[in-house]
Amino acid sequence: MPTIHIDKIPYAVKAGRNLLEACLGLGFDLPYFCWHPALGSVGACRQCAVKVFKDGQDTRGKLVMSCMEIVKEGMLVSIADEEAAAFRSQIIEWLMTNHPHDCPVCDEGGNCHLQDMTVMTGHNYRRFQYKKRTFLNQYLGPLIHHEMNRCIQCYRCVRFYRDYAGGNDLNVFSAHDHVYFGREKEGVLQSPFSGNLAEICPTGVFTDKTLKEHYTRKWDLTTAPSVCQHCSLGCNTTAGERYGTIRNITNRFNGEVNGYFLCDRGRYGYAFVNSVNRVVQPLLRHRAVESVDDVTLMEALTMRMAHQKLIGIGSPRASVESNFALMQLVGKENFYQGVTEELAYLEKRIVDVLGSGALHCSSLGEIAGSDAVLVVGEDVWNTAPVMALAIRQAVMKKGFLANTTVAPSPLDEISACTLHAAPDDIARLGFAIAHLLDPSVPPVPTASEEIQRTATSIAEALRTARRPVIISGASCYNEALIRAAYAIATALDPTERKVGIAYVLPECNSMGLAMMRAPSIDAAIERTAFEHDLTVLVLENDLYRILPAKKADDFFRRFKNIIVLDSLNNLTTEKATVLLPAATFADGDGTLVNNEGRAQRFYQVFIPANQHIKESWWWLWKLHTALTAASNGHECHPDEVLARLETALPQFAGISRAAPPPDFRIHGEMIPREPHRYSGRTAMLANLSVSEPKPRQDSDSPMTFTMEGYQRIPPSPLIPFFWAPGWNSVQSVNKYQQEPGGALKGGDPGIRLFEQKAGADRVLFTDPPDAFAVRDQKWMLLPQHHVFGSEELSGTAGAIGELTPAPVVALSPRDARQLGVVEGTIIRLRMDQEEVSLPVKIQEGLCNGVALAPAGWPGMAASNWGTWVNISA
Amino acid sequence: MERPLTEYIQPGRPPLDLKGYEMTGGYAAVRKVLRGMSPAEVQQQVRDSNLKGRGGAGFNTGMKWSFVPMGRDAPGPKYLIANADEMEPGTFKDRLLMEGNPHQLIEGMILSAYAIQASVSYIFLRWAYRQAAQLLRKSMEEAYAAGYLGRNILGSGYNLDMHLHTGVGRYMCGEETALLNALEGKRATPRAKPPFPQVSGLFGKPTIVNNVETLCCIPHIVNKGAAWFKGLSYSEDSGGTKIYGASGKVKRPGAWELPMGVTLRQLLEEHAGGMKDGFTLKGVLPGGASTDFLTIDHLDVKMDYTSVAAAGSRLGTGTMVVMDDATCPVGFVHNLQHFFAQESCGWCTPCREGLPWVEKILLSIERGEGREEDMQLLHMHTRLLGPGNTFCALAPGAMEPLQSALKYFGEDFQRHIKNKKCPY
Repeated sequence: MPTIHIDKIPYAVKAGRNLLEACLGLGFDLPYFCWHPALGSVGACRQCAVKVFKDGQDTRGKLVMSCMEIVKEGMLVSIADEEAAAFRSQIIEWLMTNHPHDCPVCDEGGNCHLQDMTVMTGHNYRRFQYKKRTFLNQYLGPLIHHEMNRCIQCYRCVRFYRDYAGGNDLNVFSAHDHVYFGREKEGVLQSPFSGNLAEICPTGVFTDKTLKEHYTRKWDLTTAPSVCQHCSLGCNTTAGERYGTIRNITNRFNGEVNGYFLCDRGRYGYAFVNSVNRVVQPLLRHRAVESVDDVTLMEALTMRMAHQKLIGIGSPRASVESNFALMQLVGKENFYQGVTEELAYLEKRIVDVLGSGALHCSSLGEIAGSDAVLVVGEDVWNTAPVMALAIRQAVMKKGFLANTTVAPSPLDEISACTLHAAPDDIARLGFAIAHLLDPSVPPVPTASEEIQRTATSIAEALRTARRPVIISGASCYNEALIRAAYAIATALDPTERKVGIAYVLPECNSMGLAMMRAPSIDAAIERTAFEHDLTVLVLENDLYRILPAKKADDFFRRFKNIIVLDSLNNLTTEKATVLLPAATFADGDGTLVNNEGRAQRFYQVFIPANQHIKESWWWLWKLHTALTAASNGHECHPDEVLARLETALPQFAGISRAAPPPDFRIHGEMIPREPHRYSGRTAMLANLSVSEPKPRQDSDSPMTFTMEGYQRIPPSPLIPFFWAPGWNSVQSVNKYQQEPGGALKGGDPGIRLFEQKAGADRVLFTDPPDAFAVRDQKWMLLPQHHVFGSEELSGTAGAIGELTPAPVVALSPRDARQLGVVEGTIIRLRMDQEEVSLPVKIQEGLCNGVALAPAGWPGMAASNWGTWVNISA
Repeated sequence: MERPLTEYIQPGRPPLDLKGYEMTGGYAAVRKVLRGMSPAEVQQQVRDSNLKGRGGAGFNTGMKWSFVPMGRDAPGPKYLIANADEMEPGTFKDRLLMEGNPHQLIEGMILSAYAIQASVSYIFLRWAYRQAAQLLRKSMEEAYAAGYLGRNILGSGYNLDMHLHTGVGRYMCGEETALLNALEGKRATPRAKPPFPQVSGLFGKPTIVNNVETLCCIPHIVNKGAAWFKGLSYSEDSGGTKIYGASGKVKRPGAWELPMGVTLRQLLEEHAGGMKDGFTLKGVLPGGASTDFLTIDHLDVKMDYTSVAAAGSRLGTGTMVVMDDATCPVGFVHNLQHFFAQESCGWCTPCREGLPWVEKILLSIERGEGREEDMQLLHMHTRLLGPGNTFCALAPGAMEPLQSALKYFGEDFQRHIKNKKCPY
């Protein structure tokens, strides 16, 4: 470790870092704009100037840009040097010559890096006497608001949007002091990562447009550490609330998971929390007055459930706590996963191979740092966007990428090797690669020359890689893909390299649910065929998204009592005889297990005014105690549920360590959800009552709903907001990290439930599927996922709804010709039990014999995926 | 007095075609080199000749070439680029060379490319030089047809392709790394150095960017030797001749090839014919708009790199802009700053925001709206837009005429402010 001297004091710093990173890492407040840990140094803004001296005799020194200098042993540096400080202050004055100084009406105000840096340099009087240059702003779609006059030209936006995220419709135009950042023409930003512009922009040029609709300053938000609910990756988020509604979602840094960035589904998917479609009241249906109070409700429930055989349908989008509470209530043998048989089977395979411990399960951070990535069939761009972003970073660092998918993907652009084929054929390619890497895997019979050639080049790249990652997933509903990915990963000799595997799953807690190893919904349906007088509890699950409507109707018809817990009204809640309002991630606590097997806690952001809204696990526990008459007035906490879970299902061992227990204190203090500058606390509800209510207590976590409590950096799972003295904006995350861009202090949050075990047996998959055979007049129906609209909760409202593409059925050009249809022709899909009519989209590059229909679209039940359907024009 | 570069340039007549050029000894150097000289020998000869870059920086050309990785394992393809984006205000020497004798440039490029074993070469030409573009294109066609360009040149096994690229008229493209970005189809913003273009230049490959005049010297060095070339100069500082120029209110504005190191007085009085009647000399920008003023006190300064530097300016392109006593220095400098502010690429803060501010201050002083504080602001900018504080040399160059104007003509500025109007 080299030693550098900053203002005459020696410090040991990490070799290879630049001087700015070293200074920030040591806790110095050195201002900067264009540098960003994820984007690196470019030396454009000249804000981070410091003095460097040649030797002890050199008294004049030289101004250098600290971001452009690599630390050297014995370096003599001065931050405090007058000339350096004056230069930094002058940089701000220059940047301010054209800045509109409109902080009071700017959404960035109070959360603005430019404000922070201005104060940090001490600049306070602008001597520029002339007219400022002004720009026209652009309409950039429903997610991002554009206000170009505020721009300080740090080039971060285009460096993120284009270089980091691969977008091409945002650019820098013109020159000199007219440099303009925007689109060539007004229009919706095309990248699904565009929302990050709001955080990467150090001032208010790009701001969150949805926040604008219910604007709240950062200091007025009550925030809590949360976990994204909209795909299986478990990106860490911060959710902000005021007056009982969620106002925004921002990124919460986790070096192992999402790093600095979220996808737009994750950032803007929160509208459902505030939706008018929320279930707000417990209902007992078929009564004169359906909405009931607690006492009537519990009486009715215990009466209906006592001496009844209960079955429970779990949910991949409900927390581990809620699913397990349901399992406890109904009994292990009566608990069913709320997913189709096909999906349950795939997920069981994934849990089996990951649980065997033969392979290392890669985090997103590891994927971004890998030197070879092979995607086996999964449409990562749409099913796990932030994973696609991680893959892109691997490629940008000269890593190899082979992307094999059913349909063309934006990742193809950076892929060295691309294949578009039916899932079975992709799996065959996978087995062919595995055979080339390890001859003990049998060869794929009758593999085409193209497959052989592709396999050879991919195998070659994997063989030379030191940190390869194989990625697959469940979205093709093809079990052979899961096996093929595993076969390749195990065929790579682990003594020479660190091999990783990653599977993408459909929902935020698909992994947690699958790990409970319960039978599928189909098993439940079968059971009801011969067993009557059952009462069903459906946990946060719209069965109409899984089953054809007729099948779901038949299923519900077999029960007299249907108890449904959910947060939004849907077709399943319509069927409920008893409906219980469930909390969302914003008004409840819970734990999710992401695709990597990482258990992560999300915390309740606020206590809703509507006191009927409770976490599902709370309701289920209450029912459990009521039925067993064991309550003793004891309130249940998530940690108790998890402790029981660890005992009942040992595969979850360690999950209770995902977050500090509710009685965790630092110097006797709890962690406040409200920042020290929270305003209006006593005035907020004064129109209703002038007496200040007692602060709401949170017995489920070591966090409070007030401003009072521990004011410094909390343990990483409990960080409600990033804020440090002098650093009001999100850039303050530097202060929470062990080093700039590194892990959070105390380690990144989350507990990994799958660990590689030395000497674990590898399962040998040796059975490649037969080649995909196109059928006459039949098409294999596969889901086309989309960042926007495919996921249930995010897809229902607001900006996401606006961006959801119109539903179409994609066919290959040859198949379209054969059917005699053209782009836009309405065709009829005849599935097992239902029919839908949709317009055709002719997709170049799609293989023949396959039809892609919109995933998550109402009317397209998940049970249809992977089945053969008829199509007529 | 020998004038190797301009010997066959006849004002008013079309330039030599291939045949004519060959009859004057053209392409003999290419034959000589391809038949019997190794790249290292060419590099050494150019190094020995003490040829210094004529674009303004004055770096030893042979030395610059020596940083290019050579040999079998060197990354390729390597590139040679002629920087013909002549946009320095007051400068028109490269134009003379390209319009007057385009084959000389092409030959110089072939030799230079051979010396670094480049296989692709570009001429990055200022868009406004339409005639030069036409002539270069025609000459390149002739050279291709005659086998001086293309595959297996003169049976030597050496291959070189040449392309003409016309820019869109950005001063920034004269900066070699910005030129590379522009040539790659990117914005013309400069790149951070290191890596230097010699190692990682165009498309990340080893690249040499040389000025047109520099390249035109090469055939003559190869033909007549390093010692001869050195002997052309009056000065120890650099070998060869230099194309000097003068514009402004002199009797005979123009450009002349003269031994390196003639004095400013010789240039002004003998070649430019002295000032026009009724005008006296007030100041000279000796090497284009981005050099410091010299005054009548500097008339005996030798016009070579070290002597001009010792006098407090830079030789730059060697083409001087003469300012007379009837021209307002404030207006003069404002005009220059308007140019520099407009040509800033917008990459780094001090240049992007500082230059327009300076321009606005100067305009307000010129209009009689200046304030005493403005002088402080101007001084501050000349100090803070110095080398190292900005990303590239554009803003420091822009500050050179301003800082020297403040030094030599400070009274003029004060009169503007005091009298609230331009006294000229």
